[in-house]
Amino acid sequence: MTDTTRKFALFGLVALLIIGTGVLQSWNSALLILNMGLVSAVMSLGLNLQWGFAGLFNVGVMGFVALGGLATVLVAVPPVTEAWAAGGVRLILGLLTGAAVIVAAALALTRLKRHGMLAMIGLLVLGFFLYRWVFDAGVEAVEAVDPATSGFLGGLGLPVLLSWPVGGLLAAGAAWIIGKTALGLRSDYLAIASLGIAEIVVAVMKNEDWLARGVKNVIGLPRPVPYEIDLQNSAGFVERAGSLGLDPVTASTLWVKGLYSVLFAVVLIVLLVLAQRALHSPWGRMMRAIRDNEVAAEAMGKDVTGRHLQIFILGSAICGIAGAMMTTLDGQLTPGTYQPLRFTFLIWVMVIVGGSGNNLGAVLGGFLIWFAWVQVEPFGRWLLELATSGMSAGPLKDHLLDSAAHMRLLTMGVILLVVLRFAPRGLIPER
Amino acid sequence: MDLLNAVVALLNFVIVPAVAYGSQLAIGALGVTLVYGILRFSNFAHGDVMAFGTMVTILVTWGFQAAGVTFGPLPTALLALPFGIAACAVLVLVTDRMVYRFYREVRAKPVILVIVSIGVMFIMNGVVRFIIGPDEQRFADGARFLITARDFKDWSGLDEGLAIKSTQVLTVVTAVIVVALLFWFLNRTRTGKSMRAYSDNEDLALLSGINPERVVTVTWLIVAALATVAGVLYGLDKSFKPFTYFQLLLPIFASAIVGGLGSPLGAIAGGFLIAFSEVTVTYAWKKVLGYALPESLEPDGLVQFLSTDYKFAVSFLILLIVLLFRPTGLFRGKSV
Repeated sequence: MTDTTRKFALFGLVALLIIGTGVLQSWNSALLILNMGLVSAVMSLGLNLQWGFAGLFNVGVMGFVALGGLATVLVAVPPVTEAWAAGGVRLILGLLTGAAVIVAAALALTRLKRHGMLAMIGLLVLGFFLYRWVFDAGVEAVEAVDPATSGFLGGLGLPVLLSWPVGGLLAAGAAWIIGKTALGLRSDYLAIASLGIAEIVVAVMKNEDWLARGVKNVIGLPRPVPYEIDLQNSAGFVERAGSLGLDPVTASTLWVKGLYSVLFAVVLIVLLVLAQRALHSPWGRMMRAIRDNEVAAEAMGKDVTGRHLQIFILGSAICGIAGAMMTTLDGQLTPGTYQPLRFTFLIWVMVIVGGSGNNLGAVLGGFLIWFAWVQVEPFGRWLLELATSGMSAGPLKDHLLDSAAHMRLLTMGVILLVVLRFAPRGLIPER
Repeated sequence: MDLLNAVVALLNFVIVPAVAYGSQLAIGALGVTLVYGILRFSNFAHGDVMAFGTMVTILVTWGFQAAGVTFGPLPTALLALPFGIAACAVLVLVTDRMVYRFYREVRAKPVILVIVSIGVMFIMNGVVRFIIGPDEQRFADGARFLITARDFKDWSGLDEGLAIKSTQVLTVVTAVIVVALLFWFLNRTRTGKSMRAYSDNEDLALLSGINPERVVTVTWLIVAALATVAGVLYGLDKSFKPFTYFQLLLPIFASAIVGGLGSPLGAIAGGFLIAFSEVTVTYAWKKVLGYALPESLEPDGLVQFLSTDYKFAVSFLILLIVLLFRPTGLFRGKSV
C-alpha cells in the first residue's frame, strides 16, 4: 500500500465510523463526535508540534486547554458593572502590586551587586503582605456581589470568536514562563514542570471565584451560531426543514452543530496548512535536526534552547485555541471537569497513535482516539452485559455493569501500549 | 502571650501532620527514585501502583473484618499489608515482563519508557477503578488516637490540646523501619550492593558479572513494597481515592527531584521538605501567632498564606526554586 492510499484509507475509515454512528445511533451524536474530534485534532496538532517536531515532553496540555477556556469567559461575557464598581479597581491594583513585587524582586536579584538574595527575599515577603492587603479586600467586595448568579468581574463583552486567538495568547504566555525556567534542563524536568503548571492553572480557575466563578461555573456563554430555539421560531427555517422532511427540533440541533463543525474545520485546516508549511520549511528541518541530535545541531550554531522555547510556545498556543473552541462549543466553563487523564494524557495517546512528527497523523489520531473514547463506554457496557448475561442478579453483576465507564481508561492504555510496541511510529509515520 | 500554648498549637497543627505526611511522601519518593536509578526512567505509573497495592490491602482488610479478625488497637490493614505487597509485586513484575522488558532489550530512549509508563498508568488506573470504584474509601480501624486533645489538656493544664492520631505514629514508626531496612539492604547485602553498582555504572556492573535481570526484578519487588506501604499509610491517615493517588504523583516527583533523582537519601529529605512547606504555607497561623505575639500585635485575619487548594502549587514552587539554583537536586542526583 503506498503512502497516499494508506492516508486515504485511514481517513476514509474515520469518515465511515462517524457516518456509521449517524446511521446506527443518531446524527446528533455523530456531529457531536465530529465536533469534538475536530477540537481534539487541533489539540493533538499542537502537541505534535512540541513532541513530534522538537521532542519536547509536555504533559501540561490540560493547563493550556483550560487557559483557552478561561479566555472565552474573559472575552465574551459582558462585564459585571456592579462588581467592577464594588472592588474591581482595587482587585486589579492588587494584581498589579503583585506583579510589581515580582519584577522588583527579580531586578534586585540580578542588578544588586551585594546582598541581592537578601533584598529579593525581603522584597518578596514584604510585597506579599502588601499584595494580600490590597488584593483581598477587592476580592471580598467582588465576590459579595450577587454570589448566587454572579460574583465575578465578567469579561469584555466582545464577540466570542475573538476568544479563540486570545486563548492562544494566554496559553502562549503561560508557555513562555514554563519554557523560560524548564527548557534547557533535562526532559523529565520539563515534564514535571508542565504537569505542575497545569495543575496550578486548574486550581486557580477552581478557587478564584472573582475570575470566572470557580467551581460555580459560568454558564450560558455567548455563541457564534444561532440558538436552536430562535431557529425553531423562525418561519423560514421551519419551512426549509419541512421541505427536507425533518422536524424543526432535530433540524435546528443538526444545523447548529453543523455550523460549529464548519467553524472548527476552518480553524483545523488553517492550522494544518500552517503546520505543514512549517514542517517542510528550513525551520522545520532545523527543528527535526535539533530533535534528532541536539549536540550536533548546537555545534552547527543552532540556538537549541531558543528554538525549543519558540516551538513550545507555538504548540501551547494551538492547545489554547483548541481549549477556547471547546468551551465555546460547550457554552459553559466548568473548571471541575478538567482532568489530566482526559486533557493531557489522552492527547498524548492521540499523537502517538496517529504518528508523532506527522501532522496528518496527529489529526487522524485526534479523530480516531476521540471516537474510541466516546464509543468504548457503550461498547464496554454491551460487552459486560454479554459477559454477565449468564450470571444471576446480585451485587457482583451490578458492580461489573456499573464499572463499564472505567473500561475507557483501560482501553486507552492498551491501545497506547500496543501501538508503541508494534507500530512505534504511529499509523501515519513521519517521512 | 503564651509561648507554651503556641508551641503546643504549632505541634498539633503543623509539625505532627507534616511529619506524618513527609514520611508518606518520602516512602513514595524512594520508589520513584529507585526506578529512576536502576531502570533509568521517570515512572508516571507510580501513583497508580500505590493505588493498586492499597486497593488490594483494603479488600483483604474488609475480608478480615468480615471474618472478625482484628489486630487489637492497631488497624487491621497492617495484617492485610503483606497481601497487598504480594499482589502489587506480582502486578509490577508481570508489567515488567509484558511491557518494560522489551524496551530495555532494544535500549529505547528514557523518554520512550516514560510514555510507556503513561500507558501503564492508564491501564492500572482503569483496573483500580474497575475493581473498587472511583469513590472514597475509609478503612482505618482500631484505636483512633494515641493521645486525645482532652487527655492532653487534662494532663498539662494548658488551653491548647495536642492530639496524636495512632495512624500518625504508625506512619512514622513504619517509615523509620522501612527506611532502615532499605538502607541496610542497599549498603550491606550483596544484592543491594550490586544494585548500587548497576545504578552507578551499568557497563562496569555488567562486566563484573552482575545479572541485570536479577537487579531489575529485585528493584521492582522493593518498589512494589515501598509503593504499597506508602499508599496504605496515606490511606490510613487520610482516605483512599484513586484520583487522589494519581495526584500524589506531583508532590512525590517533586520530593524525588528536589532531593536529587536517583539518590535515596535525597528522596527522604525532599519528602520532608515538601511536606513541611505545604503544611506551613497552607496553615492558618492566627492561633499560633495569637498565643506567641503580644496582644497589641495579634493578627485580625487568618494569616493563611495560601488556601489549602493550592498545596500543589507549593511543592511545585519549591521544585522550581531548586531546579533554578541547583538543577541536580539537593543531594546531587544523576542526570541521564
